[in-house]
Amino acid sequence: MNAPSSLTVPSLRIAGLDKSFGTDPVLTGIDLSVARSEMVFVLGPSGSGKSTMLRCCNRLEEPDSGSVFVEGDPVTGPGVDLNRMRQRIGMVFQSFNLYPHLTALGNVTLALRRVQKMPRAQADDVGLEALALVGLTDRARHYPAQLSGGQQQRVAIARALALKPAVMLFDEPTSALDPELVGDVLAVMRDMKARGMTMLVVSHEMGFARDAADRVVFMDGGRIVEQGLPEQIFGNPQQERTRAFLARVQG
Amino acid sequence: MVDQFFNVGIMIKAWPLVIKGLGMTLLICVVVIPLGAIGSLLAALGALSPNRALRWASLAFIDLFRALPPLVLLIFIYAGLPFAGMSLTPFVAVIIGFFLNNTAYFAEIFRAGLLSVPKGQREAARSTGLTPAQTLIWVTLPQATRNVLPDLLSNVVEVVKLTSLASVVSLGEMLHAAGLVRSITYNASPLVLAAGLYLALLWPLIRLISRFERRLAH
Amino acid sequence: MERFVDTFFNGAVLIRYAPAILEGAAVTVLLSVLIVLSGVLLGGVLACLRAYRIRALSFIIVIYADVWRALPPLVLILLGFFGLPNVGMVLSSFMVLYLVLTLVLAAFAEEIIWAGITATPRGQWEAARSTGLSFTAALGHVVLPQAVRMVIPPLTNRAIAITKMTALGMVIGVPDILGQATTAQSFSANASPLTLAAITYVILFLPLVIASRWLEARFTPPGV
Repeated sequence: MNAPSSLTVPSLRIAGLDKSFGTDPVLTGIDLSVARSEMVFVLGPSGSGKSTMLRCCNRLEEPDSGSVFVEGDPVTGPGVDLNRMRQRIGMVFQSFNLYPHLTALGNVTLALRRVQKMPRAQADDVGLEALALVGLTDRARHYPAQLSGGQQQRVAIARALALKPAVMLFDEPTSALDPELVGDVLAVMRDMKARGMTMLVVSHEMGFARDAADRVVFMDGGRIVEQGLPEQIFGNPQQERTRAFLARVQG
Repeated sequence: MVDQFFNVGIMIKAWPLVIKGLGMTLLICVVVIPLGAIGSLLAALGALSPNRALRWASLAFIDLFRALPPLVLLIFIYAGLPFAGMSLTPFVAVIIGFFLNNTAYFAEIFRAGLLSVPKGQREAARSTGLTPAQTLIWVTLPQATRNVLPDLLSNVVEVVKLTSLASVVSLGEMLHAAGLVRSITYNASPLVLAAGLYLALLWPLIRLISRFERRLAH
Repeated sequence: MERFVDTFFNGAVLIRYAPAILEGAAVTVLLSVLIVLSGVLLGGVLACLRAYRIRALSFIIVIYADVWRALPPLVLILLGFFGLPNVGMVLSSFMVLYLVLTLVLAAFAEEIIWAGITATPRGQWEAARSTGLSFTAALGHVVLPQAVRMVIPPLTNRAIAITKMTALGMVIGVPDILGQATTAQSFSANASPLTLAAITYVILFLPLVIASRWLEARFTPPGV
């Protein structure tokens, strides 16, 4: 009975989103849906509003107007239990933002214990499961400072995964990493996709977008300029701005 | 020289009174430090609040009591208020005065500590559904406290030293007791005894702070 | 309300004792300036001496700094004022207050500046020595300027805290702001001189407190 609706209702839907900082419009009329188990990649020059769009999805940035829905339930609007909705939206940051005073496991279980009020033993089980998904069970008792950048970002992914979100947002997850550590994080993301996770990714990893994404969205000047299959966007972009951008970044 | 400053006979005579004074010194600390810690946390949160009126009021409170010398505050409360018909015991006057002074100093430290926690920490916590209060308790405050731990401990040392001012309003803490014996014997040894006890109390703490500071520097 | 005004803001009393408190303010300012100049200078010299890492000398400096940071200034003031005359050293109350607070500030300044010296990156020493500067020249021209810059905020805070302690002079009869005010208060049997004293202190120190916060925001590198 649930199956048809969850197949037709997108995991994430952004409708008519506007946002400006002061008098500068950052986002204008953004409409975007991400279907269940879909991986959508967002490309665009810096300052095109990609990160702001992502941060509007869980209202770390408050949209000026427009709405956001997760599995049909509103995130925006009056009477929304924002903290409950945020548990259904995982977020991974460019700078990891791991809590330095907590171990990897402590990072992963904090929201389970304090928001979901899960008893410690149970939270630890769920946390270790999430760490296993990113291949870091053996680092559970390490503090962030004792982990490499790639490991830190994987712990941050586990922190979001542990809440069993309906959709995961990635805000340039590999931009702060040394090149040789990028692969580990991308491998985890590829693995998550194989497990059916819904993902909205802002990133400059073109190669990864080309072979892992289901759909690529190109943004510029706070608007969605063009979207389509990866081969379509990379191989045969329709818009001049997309072509110019791809020519610049791909040399 | 030895007779004037290290007279063992006089020190032994002064001992019971000075030790009793030490009890009062510690009692003041035990009351003022927790009160100050709680008050200052509220003041620091107020000073960082998005509400402009609350922010300015908190900053005004903090700056006013950081600008007033604690002895001026204490004498104002103890000697000034009775003229308005509000007589306070020395103990209550000392607690109120030191609470206000101490709250302002601790608040400035907490404010700096809270500011030192990167914004991303709060965002990460909020993105997993923690409320603002939960974020403060479990994510921001532990890091803020750790970042300013040497300053917080230094301030505890300052509070213990501050208690000596209570002698000015005749509260029988350690320096008052030592001063009393000095004025009877015309010999500085009781003061040296009190100094020795302050040193015994605070030197370990000062060493500990130095160690923390070195560790945070690396 | 009338009683409150009469007690704390009595016009006649205020006018009568304002000149005395103004004189007290001059004493407070003079003492403060002298203490800050000599205390920071002495502390800086001690911190530099410690940089030479001569074991015995460093040990003595550390003991001095620890003891003078641990003892309440009021204890030291009473020891200086009531103890020293017993061994034939009679100093004025002004002198006792000046010496004690200078030595207290020097102890704190030594620790703070020393922390700045140790926090200066090793590469700075190496770069300076590699261009042929002597140890002393490297310390004086390269390391110390950076160290002092780094520790301006805590040094300012400490200097303010210690100059505020000039109010302790009242206990041994220094005619500073608080000394004048308590005398006036007992003569006039009115709290207004204390109010005036408190206001005078706020006028003197509030700008410094606000300036120190500004310095802190400006000189502290972000994320520390």
